Amino acid sequence: MPEAPIAVAMSGGVDSSTVAALLARQGHAIVGMTMQLWNQRRLPELAAEGGGAGRCCSLDDVYDARRVAGQIGVPYYVVNFERQFEEQVVKPFVADYLAGRTPIPCTLCNNYIKFDRFLEMADAVGARMMATGHYARVRYDAASGRYQLLRAVDSSKDQTYFLFGLTQQQLARTLFPLGELTKTEVRELAQSMGLAVAAKGDSQEICFVPNGDYAAFLSAYLKESGMEAGATRGPIVSTGGQRLGEHAGVHHFTVGQRRGLGVATGEPLYVISTDPRTQSVVVGRKEELLRGDLQAREVNWISIAGLTEPIRAEVKIRNKHAAAPATLGPTGDPKRVRAIFDDPQRAVTPGQGAVFYSGELVLGGGWIE
Amino acid sequence: MNSVQRSYFDHNATTPLAPEVLETMVSCLGQVYGNASSIHYFGQAAKQRLEQARRELAQLIHANPTEMVFTGGGTEADNLAVLGAVRASAQADRHAITTAIEHPAVMAACAQLEREGVAVTRLAVGSSGVVDPDDVRRALRPDTVLISVMHANNELGTIQPIAEISRIAREAGVPLHADGVQALGKIRVDVNELGVDLYSLSAHKIYGPKGVGALYVRKGTRLAPVTFGGHHERDRRPGTENVPAIAAFGAAAVLAGQRLDADAEHLAALRDRLECAVLERIHSAGVNGSRWKRTPNTANLYFDGVDGEAMVIALDLRGFAVSTGAACSSGAITPSHVLTAIGLGSERARASLRFSLGRSNTAAQVDALVDALELSVAHLRRISVHA
Repeated sequence: MPEAPIAVAMSGGVDSSTVAALLARQGHAIVGMTMQLWNQRRLPELAAEGGGAGRCCSLDDVYDARRVAGQIGVPYYVVNFERQFEEQVVKPFVADYLAGRTPIPCTLCNNYIKFDRFLEMADAVGARMMATGHYARVRYDAASGRYQLLRAVDSSKDQTYFLFGLTQQQLARTLFPLGELTKTEVRELAQSMGLAVAAKGDSQEICFVPNGDYAAFLSAYLKESGMEAGATRGPIVSTGGQRLGEHAGVHHFTVGQRRGLGVATGEPLYVISTDPRTQSVVVGRKEELLRGDLQAREVNWISIAGLTEPIRAEVKIRNKHAAAPATLGPTGDPKRVRAIFDDPQRAVTPGQGAVFYSGELVLGGGWIE
Repeated sequence: MNSVQRSYFDHNATTPLAPEVLETMVSCLGQVYGNASSIHYFGQAAKQRLEQARRELAQLIHANPTEMVFTGGGTEADNLAVLGAVRASAQADRHAITTAIEHPAVMAACAQLEREGVAVTRLAVGSSGVVDPDDVRRALRPDTVLISVMHANNELGTIQPIAEISRIAREAGVPLHADGVQALGKIRVDVNELGVDLYSLSAHKIYGPKGVGALYVRKGTRLAPVTFGGHHERDRRPGTENVPAIAAFGAAAVLAGQRLDADAEHLAALRDRLECAVLERIHSAGVNGSRWKRTPNTANLYFDGVDGEAMVIALDLRGFAVSTGAACSSGAITPSHVLTAIGLGSERARASLRFSLGRSNTAAQVDALVDALELSVAHLRRISVHA
C-alpha cells in the first residue's frame, strides 16, 4: 500500500472538517471517520425540547461530516462506539453525580474513546497517525525524550484542560493541526476551502446532554435503567449543621451553585459540598467556598516524568478557571499530588480535573478528590 | 484511494444493473412516458410495457400475471403482505406466526401489528439458521391469521422449508407469506411448488433497478390495501405505475430465468473456493449457519478476535466491498439479530462478515479477496482490536 493514511476524527463541525481538508490539501492520504457515540433517539423525553440540532451524533452531524468528506474526496466511515461510550463515559458520569461529584465526561471520552478506541480503529485500518480538531499543541522534546502538550495559540479556545489524561504513546501518534491557529483563522480557512460547514455554530460542552440540562438527563437515564431518581432525595443543611429544607436529589447540585436551592435566608447561599452518604447538600456563605489546597488522584504526567520534590505550577480546576499559582507537592503515592494555592480558590469541586501548567506547557493532571 | 482495483462482494445488499436491463430502462424512460391508466395512445403504450413486464415476472415464479402486484420495492411488498393479510381478517382475536430471522421489513411490520393488538409468535431457529416446520405446526392457534417465513435469509443465505410449511398452513387454512427477496434469481422459485399465498420480490437484487418490487398474491387471497388512492394494481397498490422501472424489472426477470442454472453453478463454485481457502489459511475462522440448504452466492464467516466493523473498513480501503454480520450503521449497536438467533455470542457476531457474490465476480477476485482477508485478519489480531 502507499503512504499510511491519517485517520481524522470528523464530528461534522467546522474544526474537524477543517483539519481533514487541511491535511488533504497538504497531500496526505486521509481516512475520515465519525464516531457514533450516543443514540439521540434514546431517552425520547429529552428530545422534545432540543430537537437534536447541534448535538453530537445527530444524523445532521453525520450528514455534514459525510458531505465534507465528499467535498474533499476522501474515504469516510461511521464507526460505532456506542457500547464503549456508555460503559466508559455515560455510566461513570451518572455514578459521579450520584456520588456527589461533578464529572467531566469529555476527559473520559478523550481518554477512553477518542484517543483509545478511535486510535485502535485507526490502527485497524492501517493508519499510523490520528488527527482531531482539538485546540492544543503536541511537541516532541528531545532533551527529555517526552512528548509535550502545550496550550493552543488561541487561549480562548484552548482545550488542553480536557486532554490531561493522554499518555506518551497516544501523544506520539496524534496531530492537532488547529493548535497553532485561532478560531477566526479556522473559520476563514474553512470558508476559503469552500467547506459546507464553515459557518456552523460551535458544539455544546457535553455532547450527549441536550441543552446542558444534565439533571434532566440523569433523571431520564435513571428512569430508563429502572432506578428511581428520587432515591437521592435528602436534606439541605447549613455548614453549621442546621436543617434548612429538602432537595429532590443530590445530582441536581454542584459545588458553587447558587440558584435553585429553594431555601431563603438573609444572605445568598451557595452549595459548599454534597454528601452522598447522608444524601445531604451543605450550603453556606460565599467565603465558605474558598479552599487553600486540593488533592488530585490518578495523576497522569505529560511534559514531565513526575514529581520528586515540590515544584511551582499554575493549577486549573475547571475549564473556565484562570489557572491559579500553586505549589505541587508529592505525596506518598506517585499517583497523588497535593496542590497548595498561593491564594484560596473558589469552588474546588470533587470530580473535576486539576490540570497543572507551567506557562504554556501542560505538566499533567488528575481528578480532584 | 481511487487508484485501487475494486471488487464487489455485497450482492445481497444490491446488484449492479445488467446491461440489457439498463437498455430497457433507458429506452422506456425516454419513450414510454404515458400514464398506464390513460385511454389514449400514450397510455396504451405504457400499459403494454407494464403488462409485458407483469408476464415476464410471473413466468419467472410460475405465477399467473393477474396475481402480480407491483410495488415500490421489497419492503413495501412485505408490508403489504403482512399488514394487508392480517388486517383483512375480521376476527376479534388475531395471531400471526413469523421467525426470529426475518428481514426488518417483516419484523417491523409484525411489531406494528402488535401495537394494533395482534399477537405475534416469533419462531426460534437452531444453529443451522433453518426453521423447523414442526415448530410452525406447534405455534398454530385457532385465531392464527397469517404465517410469514422468509424463503432465503439475507445474512446467511439459508433456505427455509417453505413447501413443508405451506402444507401445514394449508391444512390449518392459514395464508402463508414468504419474503422471497433473497431467493429470486438465486434459486428456483415456483409459487405452486412452494404453495405460498403471498410472495415478496425485489428488482434490485436481480440486477434490476432500485425502488421497484412486487407481491405475488395467490388468487382468492384476502388482502386489505395499506395505501389508498386510485384503482391501480387491482386496487391493491394505488399510484401511477413506474413503468420504466417495472419494464426493467421484467427484463431482469427474463435474464434471471435464462441464467439461473449457470449463475448458480458459477457462484457456488466461487463461494466454495472462498470458504475453502479461508478455512484452510485462516485459523479460528468458520462458517455461520448451515453449509447446506443455502443460496449459492452467500457466505457468512466469522474470524474470532477480529472486529467486523474494522474489517469492513480495512477491506474497503484495499478495494474489497463486503458487509458485517452486525448492523453497525448510524444508530445501531446491537449485533445482527440473525446471528444472535442462530446462537452466536455477541463477540462472534461482531467478528462476522457477509460475502455475497454475483455475476461479475471471478476466481481471481476471490483469490485476491482471500489474500486481503488473510492480511487484514492477521493485522487486526496482532493489534488485538477486540470485537
